[in-house]
Amino acid sequence: MKLDSKIPEGPLSQKWTNYKAAQKLVNPANKRKLDIIVVGTGLAGASAAASLGALGFHVDIFCIQDSPRRAHSIAAQGGINAAKNYQNDGDSVERLFKDTIKGGDYRAREANVYRLAEVSGDIIDQCVAQGVPFARDYSGLLDNRSFGGAQVSRTFYARGQTGQQLLLGAYGALSREIARGTVVLHERHEMMDLVIKDGRARGIIVRNLVTGELERYAAHAVVVATGGYGNVYYLSTNAMNSNGSAAWVCHRRGAAFANPCYVQIHPTCIPVHGDYQSKLTLMSESLRNDGRIWVPKKKEDAEAIRAGKKGPNDIPEEERDYYLERRYPAFGNLVPRDVASRAAKERCDAGYGVGPTGLAVYLDFADAIKRLGRNVVEQKYGNLFQMYYKIVDVDPYENPMMIYPAVHYTMGGLWVDYELQTTIPGLFAAGEANFSDHGANRLGASALMQGLADGYFVLPYTLQNYLADQIYVGKIKAEGPEFDEAEAAVRARLDGLLAIGQVENGKCKVESDATQSAAANLSTFHSPLSTFHSVDHYHKALGRIMWEYCGMARSKESLATAATKIAELEADFYQHVFIPGKVAEMNPELEKAYRLEDYFELARLIVADATQREESCGGHFRIEHQTEDGETLRDDDNFMFVAAWEYQGHDQPEVMHKEELNYEHIQIVKRNYK
Amino acid sequence: MKFTLHIWRQENARAKGHFETYEIDNISADCSFLEMLDQLNEKLINDHIAHPVCFDNDCREGICGMCGLYINGRPHGNDDGVTTCQLHMRHFNDGDEIWVEPWRAKAFPIIKDLVVDRTAFDKIIQAGGYISATTGGVPDANNILVPKHIADQAMDAAACIGCGACVAACKNASAMLFVGAKVSHLNLLPQGHPEAMDRVKKMVCKMDELGFGSCTNTYACEAECPKQIKRQNIARLNRQWIGQLFGRDRNE
Repeated sequence: MKLDSKIPEGPLSQKWTNYKAAQKLVNPANKRKLDIIVVGTGLAGASAAASLGALGFHVDIFCIQDSPRRAHSIAAQGGINAAKNYQNDGDSVERLFKDTIKGGDYRAREANVYRLAEVSGDIIDQCVAQGVPFARDYSGLLDNRSFGGAQVSRTFYARGQTGQQLLLGAYGALSREIARGTVVLHERHEMMDLVIKDGRARGIIVRNLVTGELERYAAHAVVVATGGYGNVYYLSTNAMNSNGSAAWVCHRRGAAFANPCYVQIHPTCIPVHGDYQSKLTLMSESLRNDGRIWVPKKKEDAEAIRAGKKGPNDIPEEERDYYLERRYPAFGNLVPRDVASRAAKERCDAGYGVGPTGLAVYLDFADAIKRLGRNVVEQKYGNLFQMYYKIVDVDPYENPMMIYPAVHYTMGGLWVDYELQTTIPGLFAAGEANFSDHGANRLGASALMQGLADGYFVLPYTLQNYLADQIYVGKIKAEGPEFDEAEAAVRARLDGLLAIGQVENGKCKVESDATQSAAANLSTFHSPLSTFHSVDHYHKALGRIMWEYCGMARSKESLATAATKIAELEADFYQHVFIPGKVAEMNPELEKAYRLEDYFELARLIVADATQREESCGGHFRIEHQTEDGETLRDDDNFMFVAAWEYQGHDQPEVMHKEELNYEHIQIVKRNYK
Repeated sequence: MKFTLHIWRQENARAKGHFETYEIDNISADCSFLEMLDQLNEKLINDHIAHPVCFDNDCREGICGMCGLYINGRPHGNDDGVTTCQLHMRHFNDGDEIWVEPWRAKAFPIIKDLVVDRTAFDKIIQAGGYISATTGGVPDANNILVPKHIADQAMDAAACIGCGACVAACKNASAMLFVGAKVSHLNLLPQGHPEAMDRVKKMVCKMDELGFGSCTNTYACEAECPKQIKRQNIARLNRQWIGQLFGRDRNE
């Protein structure tokens, strides 16, 4: 496998300009003869499809939800970065570029990140033109706030619902193209496989989630914009249906998967409270603009709080340890996410954690309320406070919030070159699904920026460059041995999964004759002798293994343990998972099962990647590699590369390829937020 | 906590549906309604009693608009300003009987059990629920000044999550609050003015065509909206609808 990043010639600030000047174009009459498949309708997918449709290409777009507007970009709260320098506080493209590279702990590709910073301002212009109701000041100009890892205010926001408003903007643009007929929407359809013909991505096999039928679609190029794989941990801030499978089937078909071990743990989430819990809710990073994070200074106080004998308001000011302000005076509560998460874990592991489980710290707004008044705080964060109150049943205006880190975002993903093309010609990856811009740690408010940059301002250029010579091949039809083989493989896979519980169990009672007497037995748990388990049982177990042994802190030993446990669990899954129902019907259990199959392989790769990376950087923290005061210790001599993995088959270890990172422009320094 | 659940089961759009009764025990008060249903499904699967209950859900933090159940006669249940995924069992009493139904509206046909087809909402948006701003070639963001109070009102309306609770709550299954919210969001902003009147006309006509009912101003929609979208948006929609009939091309 050859990794050619195709970075254009010239000085960094001229690369994108040079690329655009030299790229090939398709004339308007030919554009409508070219078909593009876009999978995913989040910020990256929707903005790409809308922009490509507006250019005149014919686009088929797919989403697993009932509407494009449900994609999980909608849940992003805090904001979107852009180097507009509207605040006159020293921001610039160069500054945003540097912050992003530094935030990513010098593990991202310079040229891609510079381009991201370069187009960031255009994104804001585009969104405002679409009617995104960004926050404004009394003069009618746009307002900004600060996010972690930056010393300027460059974050644009729409209350605590920025992702929602940006997605609705992209969804509106997409809807316009659907109405014009350039884009065809396929909702409740899930990508099951990628079809490659003559070495190029030429189509996909999808499952209609309403009927369960398999369908085929062909195109000249395929864009995968299906988000990240954080749900491998089961509990994460991702939506329930967010999954890594579309990207993973591409990987199985030969697309390299890069840096899987870079998983972002977000510091401010509502702590876990029970086994039944299905997801973790994020409290936006923007809260760290005004909230102060602390734990008690004395262990006795922490113990008293955990036992319910004391409340946070019983701890006097001088007995509170504002540990982020103490450890990182320059950035304080606004250190990047990986740093804040590890600091919380460190305090809790040392016995200063609060809450019934001891796995929580306080995020306190008392000062902000005193300084700004409750009204201002409510205006800025009202919906977040309400969300917290509804979930936890504690009023955050009166008591500090309790928070703890949780899996949030995956910096790793499909390896792409400068054009966002994977190692399979004609297969592109955008947004969280690719690995390109965030290195080993993503800064807050940069995910929205990257998703929209890829979709609005990068793919419309680079895809066109790819498609320019495709006008000669004619329409691609969804037929031939490649499509037959892919569809048959998907069918066999689904039948195989359903067969596990059926064959072993002899006769299943599941088919429709549910009786009242059987229903009456429901209140008693199933017999412990029962050897079959639901998909969720396995997914939760996998999540616990990953969190415990491959989470915020990793070691050679813990990773070895993870590998063994995953293998055991996976073997058990293939013998004892029970999936009710049929393939040809709406069957959410079956959906969970095939996604979990992919999570097993993904988990193995995350562990392998974390094992080979004998250094600490960004979200990847190896306890063997840390400084005396517990900060990450990079090894630039040996690990300044992108690890791109090549699939070798279900039972084979993957092969790693290296893309060396060359920093020509930026000066590499120790990442320091003190 | 212990509950008796009466859940609407329906094989597909054409099949006849019915209520099925299930008992469930050991439910934590801190658990969300959907997590309670997860536990029910886990039992149905483990005990091989019946197929798990199908229900739409995704983000589980009240923003994607995917979930929506009619619980004891109220869309999203008995707490105000929340979606079903944010409704917690602490709002019920131990031993309660709970009736769970899908949204009931002609324009939202049932797909299976509690899952309904809300693509009608997408079609209304496709009719004009956007500002036509082709990618690129737009002015600098700060060239368009928007007074703060207008931006705030637009944001209030734009908070709609498209869950369909307004339609489900309405005795006429009217989509006026949904359409009014989108029209308000876009038409209040200067960027939305050029297409304002055309937008109103197209969206309202599409809404009628898709089988949503008329508005008789009972405001059940406002009372049940998880994002507390205000009925003033319906008034604005009506005003602008009348305006466009008389060929007004200015907003208000």
